[in-house]
Amino acid sequence: MLRLDRLTYRQGDFQLGADWAAPAGSRIAVMGPSGAGKSTFLSLIAGFLKPTGGKILWQGQDLAALPPGNRPLTILFQDQNLFPHLTVAQNLGLGLRPDLRLTKADQARIARALDRVGLAGLDARRPAQLSGGQASRAALARALLRARPILLLDEPFAALGPALRDEMLALVRDVVDDTGALVLMVTHDPDDALALGGMMAFVSEGIVLPPVPTADLFADPTPEVQAYLRRK
Amino acid sequence: MASRPRPLSLLAPALAVLLLALVLAPLAAVGWRGAGVSLGPADAAAVRFSIAQALLSALFSTLLAIPVARALARRRFPGRSALITLMGAPFLLPAVVAVLGLLAVFGRSGLLNQVLLALGFPPISIYGLHGVVLAHIFLNLPLATRMILQGWLAIPAERIRLAQSLGFRPAETFRHLEGPMLREVLPGVAMVILVICLTSFAVVLTLGGGPSATTIELAIYQAVRFEFDLARAAGLAGLQLAVGAVAALVAWGLARPAAFGAGLDRRLDLSAPDGWRRWVDVLALTMAALFLILPLAAVLLRGVPGLLDLPAAVLPAAGRSVLVALVSTVLATVAALTLALASSRRTQPLAEAAATLPLATSGLVLGTGLFLLIQPFAPPMRLALPVTILVNVALSLPYLYRILLPETRALQAGYGRLAESLGLQGWSRLRWLILPRLARPLGFGAGIAAALSMGDLGVIALFAGQQQATLPLVVSQLTGAYRIEAAASAALILVTLSFALFWAFDAGGRRAAA
Repeated sequence: MLRLDRLTYRQGDFQLGADWAAPAGSRIAVMGPSGAGKSTFLSLIAGFLKPTGGKILWQGQDLAALPPGNRPLTILFQDQNLFPHLTVAQNLGLGLRPDLRLTKADQARIARALDRVGLAGLDARRPAQLSGGQASRAALARALLRARPILLLDEPFAALGPALRDEMLALVRDVVDDTGALVLMVTHDPDDALALGGMMAFVSEGIVLPPVPTADLFADPTPEVQAYLRRK
Repeated sequence: MASRPRPLSLLAPALAVLLLALVLAPLAAVGWRGAGVSLGPADAAAVRFSIAQALLSALFSTLLAIPVARALARRRFPGRSALITLMGAPFLLPAVVAVLGLLAVFGRSGLLNQVLLALGFPPISIYGLHGVVLAHIFLNLPLATRMILQGWLAIPAERIRLAQSLGFRPAETFRHLEGPMLREVLPGVAMVILVICLTSFAVVLTLGGGPSATTIELAIYQAVRFEFDLARAAGLAGLQLAVGAVAALVAWGLARPAAFGAGLDRRLDLSAPDGWRRWVDVLALTMAALFLILPLAAVLLRGVPGLLDLPAAVLPAAGRSVLVALVSTVLATVAALTLALASSRRTQPLAEAAATLPLATSGLVLGTGLFLLIQPFAPPMRLALPVTILVNVALSLPYLYRILLPETRALQAGYGRLAESLGLQGWSRLRWLILPRLARPLGFGAGIAAALSMGDLGVIALFAGQQQATLPLVVSQLTGAYRIEAAASAALILVTLSFALFWAFDAGGRRAAA
């Protein structure tokens, strides 16, 4: 269970709050207007930002004292998900051991993860030698390897075309089916939110509202959601 | 933005405090010993000469650089890139080598005097104010040219296109595009050169001297080495510090990156006018190239024959110089990287201070302070090399820090969150992220630090006896003894080692980054 206990964050005039819980395995799309604080919300959970107040709890444990790398989560950013000077295999290996002292078993796991996302045989390539879709797959393969119970997606497929994005979302669904991870995915696209197939937390006026089923929200949208969808 | 504490949060401030102490303790010693010392008319003359030679050097270097930079900005010709590369060389060229080259061309029996004598004119002397200024122009004209050239290249393409569409002639182009750019750039260029010339020592040691051509730095050297009047040396060092700090502060305010209005990031060359203006450009480029190449070629020609018959002091001195340069470079690079990483997310005042303060001082001032601190406990001569290393670290730190800081900031902005999310910390972060991504600027910065350290003639002149002499000191001593051929051979070795060290670090960095 991910619990956001009266979580608040303030910086200057900007403020953000959340007070809800989501069970393990939930798939939650995070939507809202630009500048509403969607990425800030994910940064708070990931540990890049320190909350002004409240707690973030996973299975009852307060995450405040844990640095980002030790939190029970993996995050995929909009870009820069791979280190360009390392090979695909090394990029994945960092997800297992930050010192890259990989055992044979680790290497076998990396090969299996690459195979799982359709990148078998590309382990020696550098990110610059991959297409956008392949780079996204490699980042997702690392998330698969890390096997953390929370997966944060900060618009990682925004730069891909619609067909490729659908393909990646299907892959995300497959991966979380395997791992049972709780997914929080920031997106601007209502179709992506529907494709994730779960709940939606709408960010409005400085509050990340409790997640509700996405299909229900779109069928009977609140005035804020209506206004947002009209602008899309 | 609130964020988590950084892994370097303790190491960097501790290092910054240590580096600040390395600069502030000698300055405090200078202040303590020099307080109340009354300086005589000769010292006042040294202050006047220091400022006068620096002003003239800055003025002429800047003015002469304008036509060269303009010609480079608007002409395309074979060898242009080589000439621009050559313009970078004097920054790495040991000043003693430059002086030797200028002596070979403008000295008593130099090329110019031979031509003058052949034409029946009286010979000219390079010693004194004009010689010092000439050497400073040789060393700083390329720097000024490159800085002004950056200004020309920063004129937005949109404005150049507008000028072309309005049918601007060269005079109007100068009035509306080039003139405003020069008004922005030139004060900063002149001040940077003024600061460099205020702390110049090797040039004045050889071409200056005597009551009418002594700078404060030279007066400090004479007070320590010849009169052993440490109180007077400290008083002079205090004066040098005050003059240097004021100039550095003004330069800091005036030197700014060239940006003259918004424009898209596209390059467009200024149109290159024909007619007599073409010949003006040709003349400017030819004169600049000859001015830079002839002295270096003269050192080469004079030095090669003596390479097999070097004075005994040369090779041991070369070994000491390389050792000092390598140790200084490693220490300075580690220090600069630590401070730059600490400042990569937000400015750290301690790190900034540690990496900026040395700019306001000089090798001779720091050397005097360290001399005062060491002398009660040990013979300073015995510690000549360690002290030289410490001063080299302090003086190269500002350059290295400024080279690395934009790179560490870009690295943090691009990959900081990813590294943190993967738990990439400590040695793993250094091994797998920082060193591979920063290899190129680290190599370049270390190369500059190594070349500067290799060619430095400052603090070593205060401290060293024959057993501790570095190669620049040996070259200077041979030049002072009019053993010009031997000096040229030693200079040739010095310049080769300086450029080899720069190349080795720079190429190593580029290879590691590839």
